[in-house]
Amino acid sequence: MEEKKLSRSRKVLTFCVVTIIIIGSLYLLQKLLVPKYMTDIVEGAMIAEYYDEEHDHDVVFIGDCEVYENFTPALLWEEYGINSYIRGSAQQLIWQSYYLLEETLKYETPDVVIFNILSMKYNVPQNEAYNRMTLDGMKWSSSKVNSVKASMMEDEKFLDYVFPVLRYHTRITELNGDDFKYLFHKDKVTHNGYYMRVDVKAAENVPKGRPLADYSFGETAYKYLDKMTALCKEKGVQLILVKAPSLYPYWYDQWEVQMEEYAKENDLVYINFLELQEECGLDFTTDTYDGGLHLNLSGAEKATKWLGEFLSKEIGLASRRGEEKLETAWKKKLDAYYEEIDRQTKEWQEKQNGGEK
Amino acid sequence: MLFTSYEFLFFVLATCVLYYVIPKKWQWMLLLAASYVFYFLAGASYLPYIFVTTVSTYLIARKITSLQAVVDAYIKEHKKELSREERKEYKAKEKKKQWRLLLLCLFINIGILAVLKYTNFAIANVNSMLTTFGSTAKLDFVDFVLPMGISFYTFQSMGYLIDVYRGKYEAEKNPFRFALFVSFFPQLVQGPISRFDDLAKTLYEEHKFNSATVASGLQRILWGYFKKMVIADRMLVAVNTLIKGPEEYQGAFVFAGMLFYALELYADFTGGIDITIGIAETLGIKVTENFHRPYFSKNIKEYWNRWHMTMGSWFTDYIFYPISVCQPMLKLSKFSRKHFGEIIGKRIPVYLSSFVVWFTTGIWHGASWNFIVWGLGNFVVIMISQELEPLYRMFHKKFPKADKALWFKIFRVGRTILLMSSLRMFDCYRDVPLTFKMFGTMFTTWNWNVLWNGQLLELGLEVKDYIILFLGMMLVFTVSMLQRSGSVRGKIRTLAFPVRVIIWYGLFLVVLLFGAYGVGYDASQFIYNQF
Repeated sequence: MEEKKLSRSRKVLTFCVVTIIIIGSLYLLQKLLVPKYMTDIVEGAMIAEYYDEEHDHDVVFIGDCEVYENFTPALLWEEYGINSYIRGSAQQLIWQSYYLLEETLKYETPDVVIFNILSMKYNVPQNEAYNRMTLDGMKWSSSKVNSVKASMMEDEKFLDYVFPVLRYHTRITELNGDDFKYLFHKDKVTHNGYYMRVDVKAAENVPKGRPLADYSFGETAYKYLDKMTALCKEKGVQLILVKAPSLYPYWYDQWEVQMEEYAKENDLVYINFLELQEECGLDFTTDTYDGGLHLNLSGAEKATKWLGEFLSKEIGLASRRGEEKLETAWKKKLDAYYEEIDRQTKEWQEKQNGGEK
Repeated sequence: MLFTSYEFLFFVLATCVLYYVIPKKWQWMLLLAASYVFYFLAGASYLPYIFVTTVSTYLIARKITSLQAVVDAYIKEHKKELSREERKEYKAKEKKKQWRLLLLCLFINIGILAVLKYTNFAIANVNSMLTTFGSTAKLDFVDFVLPMGISFYTFQSMGYLIDVYRGKYEAEKNPFRFALFVSFFPQLVQGPISRFDDLAKTLYEEHKFNSATVASGLQRILWGYFKKMVIADRMLVAVNTLIKGPEEYQGAFVFAGMLFYALELYADFTGGIDITIGIAETLGIKVTENFHRPYFSKNIKEYWNRWHMTMGSWFTDYIFYPISVCQPMLKLSKFSRKHFGEIIGKRIPVYLSSFVVWFTTGIWHGASWNFIVWGLGNFVVIMISQELEPLYRMFHKKFPKADKALWFKIFRVGRTILLMSSLRMFDCYRDVPLTFKMFGTMFTTWNWNVLWNGQLLELGLEVKDYIILFLGMMLVFTVSMLQRSGSVRGKIRTLAFPVRVIIWYGLFLVVLLFGAYGVGYDASQFIYNQF
């Protein structure tokens, strides 16, 4: 009897040990295979960085590359005492922005949410790789579930998001040093969501937009913009719509009219930075690093200054400089910020000198 | 619902869990419900067809059995009064009634299959003939649904009916149990074509959860997925590229494509059957094996005894033998012997029956000429092989040791593989003239350097894919070799527990990591699903 009991408990123990080993190894394998986005394409690492933050922001930016490359929270803090964060990723679609906003508002209630409206032009999911860069970084919540459901392309499966190993299994033959180096930790790739570039590539011959068959924004895009508006109203957050000062993708006049009308109808502030280029002092021969698609640090600082003035004076956001906790946190962040400026500037200069030689 | 989809895995898992949780007497009912849900999910419009087949076969089989019972009872009752001749006469008279019922049921079911599967083929041929004769008139094609697995469940049901008619066993009394025999979901998609007396008992009996049986079933499923997802679906990429570019890919490319397709088809079909048998095994149900290492066959006849065995035996039992012994054929045999001599006279009925079998085999695979030509190609090769038998005997008499020599075995196996692969090209290109043309280019376009100059890397597969394919095929080959001395799973069971875990978990990881699935791969149905 005793022996039988012993044999049974041994079996149970063996089963448990094997199960733990299998699950553990699968977990490790999954972590290994998931792209780390630490070098080259860093956009996929942006969304997850938010969770390491203290959730006490005055302003949260939501949107695509037109926010995370065109506005710098470090300057907003330094010059206006505004504590802000950018929740943006590459080609972030409007429903992804909505669900990111929904998730953000579960963590905190900022005074202002700034949404860049370029993604209004997309009415259906566009690209699996971009979906992944936005969605993989999100923590699991109802917001992520809904965002995944809204974003999936035809050949995507929800289960692939739950178990990313099913999606990234083919990377087994493409693993590199980064996959092992960043298995358990990741470096920061942004500065409160801002992706910094100090190099310059002047905007020359920016193409005009091709005529479209239909300039109306889609129903789905409007649906999520409505949801965003309603959510902000419900939470007592002021929603500001912006069109960042990127020259390309082309922003059509017909789109502008629709956005102005929407803002008017919903009593929202709408700022089109394309019309404020002069006021901001933007010079697209020096303030962009990719020929007008995105601003470089110099351009982002100019646009941010304008915005900082607006937020302080028009919206009435008070400076929080002097708050000990924030000062301590920002000191560290600013050190990293300036260190990165120095590093990139040096690299850029070396590149230029090399080019001249 | 693809066998390789998450939905299918979830469906099987849920069915298995429920199967062992519910009272055992309900197990077969659950399987029936699951089978109909599976079929409904595949296409609600398919349901009426399987329903008609099930009901018509059940009712007519029941009627035949009751008529047979009446005959038996009458004969038993009047045994003393009736002479042997009278009994025979009475039996023959009553058998005719059963024969008419059998014909009616065959007419309904083969009719459904023929109309749904072959109408457009017939229309295409009529149109082609009209054009040949200068007519501009054309018949319109019809848009019929082709229910999933119709060829399989129709043949399975008709096999059952013929067996009942032959008095092999009595018709199943319970219509729902019979419905399960027709629709059992793991084998509905691509067979095997089971016999009622093989499957029924194990299908309806109560099964107690047995961890060893379930584990064994899961192992078989895993092995099936390995063949399907790691080998077949990866090979498919190159095969598709080669087939879709006949102008570009000729000569040695055709040779490569021919072998690639042979391997793909093997891994695809045997993998699918492994999954089917594995699922049944996890439920405690034993499904007939369909393959016996076919690529180890030394000749085509042997190959067909080892490939898709349930289909082969179906055609033998229900087409070849009935045709061979039917009255007209016996008369023809007599006539032939009288007029052409014993040697030729003996062959004519056999060849005629074989011709019908291979024609039917061809057209069963698909409603197009390429399948018919493929079937008849097999017939021709088998007949030639039979006619050359005396030559082989002479050879073996002269070289008695050759039969046991390894090189000769390899030669014969290689020859069979090449022959079968050549015939499969009809299946591959799906166009008879094109297949002949492409086959010809192997001898006219001399570009064998493409096999090693890197051009095979332009077919959608990278070096790593070829490495995975090579290692995968080596594993399949090793397992096949080990199978010669018994079940490989049985051998693994005798190993130490940690080794077993490493082997099966390792295989799982191989499927997980090297399987051709997910974004970037087209989810592909099993090749035999379309038949």
